[in-house]
Amino acid sequence: MAVIQDVHGHDHGHDHPTGIMRWLTTTNHKDIGTMYLCFSLAMLFVGGFLAMGIRAELFMPGIQILEPEVFNSFTTLHGLIMVFGAVMPAWVGFANWQIPLMIGAPDMAFARLNNWSFWLLPVAALLLITSFFVPGGAAAGGWTFYPPLSTQGGMGTDMMLFAVHILGMSSIMGSINIITTILNMRAPGMTLMKMPMFVWTWLITAYLLVLVMPVLAGAVTMVLTDRNFGTSFFNAAGGGDPVMFQHIFWFFGHPEVYIMILPAFGVISEIIPTFSRKPLFGYSSMVYATASIALLSCFVWAHHMFTAGMPVVGQLFFQYATMLIAVPTGVKVFNWTATMWRGAMTFEVPMLFSIGFIFLFVIGGFSGVVCAIVPIDIQVQDTYYVIAHFHYVLVSGALFALFAGAYYWLPKWTGHMYDETLGKWHFWLSMIFFNVAFFVQHFLGLAGMPRRIPDYALQFADFNMISSIGAFGFGLTQLLFAYIVIKCVKGGEKAADKTWEGATTLEWTHLPSPAPYHSFEHPPVVK
Amino acid sequence: MSQGTGYYVPAPSKWPIIGSTALFFMGFGAAFTMSKLPLGYGMLITGLVILAFLIFGWFREVARESEAGKYKAQEDKSFRWSMGWFIFSEVMFFASFFGALFYMRVLSVPWLTDADQALLWPGYSGGWPTAGPGFDEKFTPMGAWGIPAINTLLLLTSGVTLTLAHWALKKNDRGALKLWLFATIALGITFLCFQIYEYAHAYSELNLKMTSGAYGSTFFMLTGFHGFHVTVGTIMLISIFFRCLSGHFKPEHHFGFEGVAWYWHFVDVVWLGLFIFVYLL
Repeated sequence: MAVIQDVHGHDHGHDHPTGIMRWLTTTNHKDIGTMYLCFSLAMLFVGGFLAMGIRAELFMPGIQILEPEVFNSFTTLHGLIMVFGAVMPAWVGFANWQIPLMIGAPDMAFARLNNWSFWLLPVAALLLITSFFVPGGAAAGGWTFYPPLSTQGGMGTDMMLFAVHILGMSSIMGSINIITTILNMRAPGMTLMKMPMFVWTWLITAYLLVLVMPVLAGAVTMVLTDRNFGTSFFNAAGGGDPVMFQHIFWFFGHPEVYIMILPAFGVISEIIPTFSRKPLFGYSSMVYATASIALLSCFVWAHHMFTAGMPVVGQLFFQYATMLIAVPTGVKVFNWTATMWRGAMTFEVPMLFSIGFIFLFVIGGFSGVVCAIVPIDIQVQDTYYVIAHFHYVLVSGALFALFAGAYYWLPKWTGHMYDETLGKWHFWLSMIFFNVAFFVQHFLGLAGMPRRIPDYALQFADFNMISSIGAFGFGLTQLLFAYIVIKCVKGGEKAADKTWEGATTLEWTHLPSPAPYHSFEHPPVVK
Repeated sequence: MSQGTGYYVPAPSKWPIIGSTALFFMGFGAAFTMSKLPLGYGMLITGLVILAFLIFGWFREVARESEAGKYKAQEDKSFRWSMGWFIFSEVMFFASFFGALFYMRVLSVPWLTDADQALLWPGYSGGWPTAGPGFDEKFTPMGAWGIPAINTLLLLTSGVTLTLAHWALKKNDRGALKLWLFATIALGITFLCFQIYEYAHAYSELNLKMTSGAYGSTFFMLTGFHGFHVTVGTIMLISIFFRCLSGHFKPEHHFGFEGVAWYWHFVDVVWLGLFIFVYLL
């Protein structure tokens, strides 16, 4: 790729406060990235705890552990915490660490705003978690908080709605920061079409966030005023419509799922070329495919509501638009495979997770096409088939790519190599337990088991027990990941500056490992 | 602390965590207030006071940095990009409420008059304005040609006076700058006063309330959020007015002024949408 002139600055990491004040007041993109990543890992375990509760209750038919109301709160908060607390902040953490390093910028464009974007998250998390302990318990209407359930819940629902407002603010500020950084802070010579794919995917993701997060804020505001000030947006008696909420929510919600997966595409597009020792196949088609996916994602929202009632013309439009998304996604999968074709491949942990990602994400993608077809969707709507589908794209998609990215960049972040053997254990255990947990849910869904219900008919018992065993195994395996990360931060084999011989981006070619506190004070020149 | 010779990266700052503290109090305070629990209002007001302190302090710091010459061409470009994207996010926020208005008028209200609904809501004839089939209280909709038309003129004029102020700033005519900026603020405040009067009129004489079904909900949500934005815009105008009095802004370097002007024009355009779709049609 580009030959790069080496003019990076030197480290002077002593000019910031120490102790807790360092983290509270920091304007350093690496500190903030670290906080985002630690926060999201903590939230992964909180959300994971809720998932374990759900699977424990579903281990056997009947009500054993969780009362139905509490079970509903668990599913609701599991979704909200995983989406808004674990996956999204983790990607913003990657963006914070990597974007300035990959484009040769000294920091993010707005360093103080960056700090605020992070420190809003603990406030929102506190609102969400403490809502379990208020009268009436946490929100229980599902993570999509459809009215009338969300216009009826107790105080916990208000707390959840305010938390979503705060998370939205954080996302909008973070996205504006990322867009500005990418558009205005690139090193001289780094044209848009020379940017690393991870940066491209984040540029498009941030655009989507600025586009749809305010719409979610509007939906949340309308639910709040319907609840507390007597408006009738979602009340048919007043001329409103609960289905209107679904339209507004999913106008946000569908781009939201691409917000969680596009940065994953970016990470995979960095890792596959590195470990195949070949440039990415079809770079420009990757950029256009990402942009097409983002564009299409704004016109498919109603495929989440085929059974909510809409004209057949609407169903057909949203069905075909949704199926169209498989085309740019297929381009991506083709390009990754073509990058590996005849490459000098090695299989370190980041590469294993990337290949696992492609393999399982494609399964999730195909079940997505299945769900897009109206007559089938009417059958599988609100069943475990849908649960299986979106866990294949979110867990073995977004989360596997997060693991891949973490193993890939941990040497650059910490200066130490992670434990390769333990990392391989983490991969294989995750791969096996994930499929044990979720593959059988396809069968449960096709057989008609409804989601969000704490009890089930006896014929579903065997598959549920298998699924729960897989889920417990998967949950325990993630403790191993936490151990590997802590071990890597504390010490280990010294990582080379260019840890991976096939890596070509600026952070590997221009910076030592660990990356100094201040990098690229004088921008490198990209030729 | 400027690092190297490049882009200005600010030193560690206490403002963000103060902002999060404000949001903490506001979030919990609002939730407590909605559930009528003790301490709710106290926390809410504490949060708002901290937020006001934060906004004042943070912007003052940025203004001082700007006057100290820390923002050069590249920083200026960052401000331009970010303000543009911020306004885009605001457009999408209003779009969600306009979308709700269109959905109700075009789809959900007519659907309620379908044969399907005849058993549930017998005799409901739909139409617009409506409070929906379940609300009996009669109300009078807000006419377009009284105060709203005057308000349209006020806001459009304020857009012109603000542009005149901007031209004066570019020509370094400080007297005219202050005059036109003052006129813009006066027009903004007059608009707000009329808006408050209109709300009082709606509640006391027209029986038009937030609880008046679909029409009341969309009317107060759209005009209310717009009024809130005008209030914020007026505060922004007042703050740059005082900055002008203190001799801030140069003919070639004044993004603080331009950012406020962009915001004000955005609020102006939203009003035109409101005037057409909420009042006129």
